[in-house]
Amino acid sequence: MSFGVRLHIWGERACFTRPEMKVERVSYDVITPSAARGILEAIHWKPAIRWCIDRIHVLKPIRFESIRRNEVADKLPERTVKAAMRAGCVDDVHYFVDQKRQQRASTILRDVGYVIEAHFEFTSRADDSDTPGKHLDIFNRRARQGQCFHMPCLGTREFPAAFELIESDEQMPAVNDDLSGERDLGFMLHDIDFANGKTPRFYRARMQEGVIEVPPFAESLA
Amino acid sequence: MTAIANRYEFVLLFDVTNGNPNGDPDAGNLPRLDPETNQGLVTDVCLKRKIRNYVGLEKEDDAGYAIYMQEKSVLNNQHKKAYDALDIKPESKKLPKDEAKARDLTAWMCQNFFDVRTFGAVMTTEINSGQVRGPVQLAFANSIDPVVPMEVSITRMAVTNEKDLEKERTMGRKHIIPYGLYRVHGYISAKLAERTGFSEDDIELLWRALINMFEHDRSAARGEMSARKLIIFKHDNPMGNAPAHKLFDSVKVERVDGELDSPARQYSDYRVSVDTESLPAGVGVDERL
Repeated sequence: MSFGVRLHIWGERACFTRPEMKVERVSYDVITPSAARGILEAIHWKPAIRWCIDRIHVLKPIRFESIRRNEVADKLPERTVKAAMRAGCVDDVHYFVDQKRQQRASTILRDVGYVIEAHFEFTSRADDSDTPGKHLDIFNRRARQGQCFHMPCLGTREFPAAFELIESDEQMPAVNDDLSGERDLGFMLHDIDFANGKTPRFYRARMQEGVIEVPPFAESLA
Repeated sequence: MTAIANRYEFVLLFDVTNGNPNGDPDAGNLPRLDPETNQGLVTDVCLKRKIRNYVGLEKEDDAGYAIYMQEKSVLNNQHKKAYDALDIKPESKKLPKDEAKARDLTAWMCQNFFDVRTFGAVMTTEINSGQVRGPVQLAFANSIDPVVPMEVSITRMAVTNEKDLEKERTMGRKHIIPYGLYRVHGYISAKLAERTGFSEDDIELLWRALINMFEHDRSAARGEMSARKLIIFKHDNPMGNAPAHKLFDSVKVERVDGELDSPARQYSDYRVSVDTESLPAGVGVDERL
C-alpha cells in the first residue's frame, strides 16, 4: 500500500442508514465504505483523485439506541423556485413544517470508533501536477492539524466525527475485546456507482477481530 | 455579500428551569433522555427551529432573510401576492437539461433564504446541485449531569365535552425537568460558506440568534430557558488551525465545590472555564454572555 493513509475517527453517535430501512432509519452495525470515503473527502479531495477504502477497523462494541424526531415529508419542487424567481418574490416559497410533519424513529449507533485505512487513485481528470506525494501531503497535513473542508460526520450531519491522523510509525488504537472472533455482518452498501446512474453496490462484510477487509469497488455486487 | 473567511466552532450552554426543553415523541412527550447515562438530550433540529424562528422575528420581511422552513405562527403576517405559476410546464423528470439553470435556482434560494444559506436544504431529487449543504452544523445537545424528569399533574376547571359536565374538571399532565444545564457543539465551515454566500453579517445574526432564541420561545411547556454562555473559537485558517475536539475539550463545565452530592438547581451551581492558555496557535476565543 504505497499511498495509504490511516485515520482514526470517533463520535458519540452515528447513523449509517440501511437503504432497505431508510424511512424509519436503521443504521448498519458499522460504518460503510461509502461513509468512510465521505469522511476522507471532507478533509481533502480534488476531482483528480478518488479515495478507495481498504480496511475498516472497528474499535468499540456495537450498540444501538433509538430516537424519534419530527421530520418534514417532502422536498421543495424545482418549479416553485422557478416561478418565484420569475415573480421576483419569495412569498410563496415556504414550507409549513407543522402541516407536513412526519415523526420518524432512527435506530442509531452509540459511542463509535473506527480506523479507516485507505488509499487514493487518480481519475481521468488528473494532470501532470497531480503527483501522489502532493495529495498525500495535503491530506496528512490537514488531518494532523485537525483541518477540514467541512466537519466530517458519521452518516448524518448531526453526528460530527472527531478525527486524528495515525502516523505511519504509530500503533493502531486497541480493539475492544467484545469484537474478538469472526462476525458476518451480511450484505452492506459498498458505495454508489455514480458513473452508472447512481446504482448502489454491495459487498459481504465480514469482521475478523474487529477488522473488515473492503474489496475493491469493482468487485462489489450491483 | 462576501462569505466568511474563517472556520469557527462554538459551544453554547443553555439551561432550563422547571420546563421541558425538547419532548420525546417516543415517550409521551417526556423530556428526551440518553438511555445510557440519563443525561438530557436536545436534538439539533430542535435548536435549528428556534434559530429560524428568531431570524424570522428579527428580520421579518427583510429581503434576503426569508425563512423557508416555517412554522405557521411566524407566518401570519405574510402577504401573499398572486402570481401566475401556471405557465411552467413540468419538465422531464430525468437528468437536468441545463446544469447552469439548476445552479441558478440554488443560488437564488441561498440568496433569499437565511436558513438555506445557513443550514442547507434539499430541493428536488434529480438535480444534484439542487442540494445545498449549509456551513453551519449542529450536534445534539447533552445535559452536563443526568436529569430527572418529573411528572406534574395539573387540573383544568372546565371540561371539553358536555357529557363530562358532572366531572367539573379535567386532569392533565406536564413533564418538567427541575433544572438542567445543556451543552451543544456547533461547527461552521468557511468553505461551505463560500458556496452558499453565508456572510459576516449572517454569522453575527447567528450569534444573536443563539443568544436570544429562547427569549422568543416562551411557552407553558418550556419553563424558563435561557442561553448562558456562548464560546466561539475562530480559526485564522479557513480550513482550521486545530482539531475541533481539542477546542471543545478546553471548555470545562464543573459543579462548584462541595455541592457534588446535591442536585444542581441553578446556573450558579456550575463553573464554566475556558482554558485559553493552552489554545493552539491561530485560534482565537470569544466569549459572549
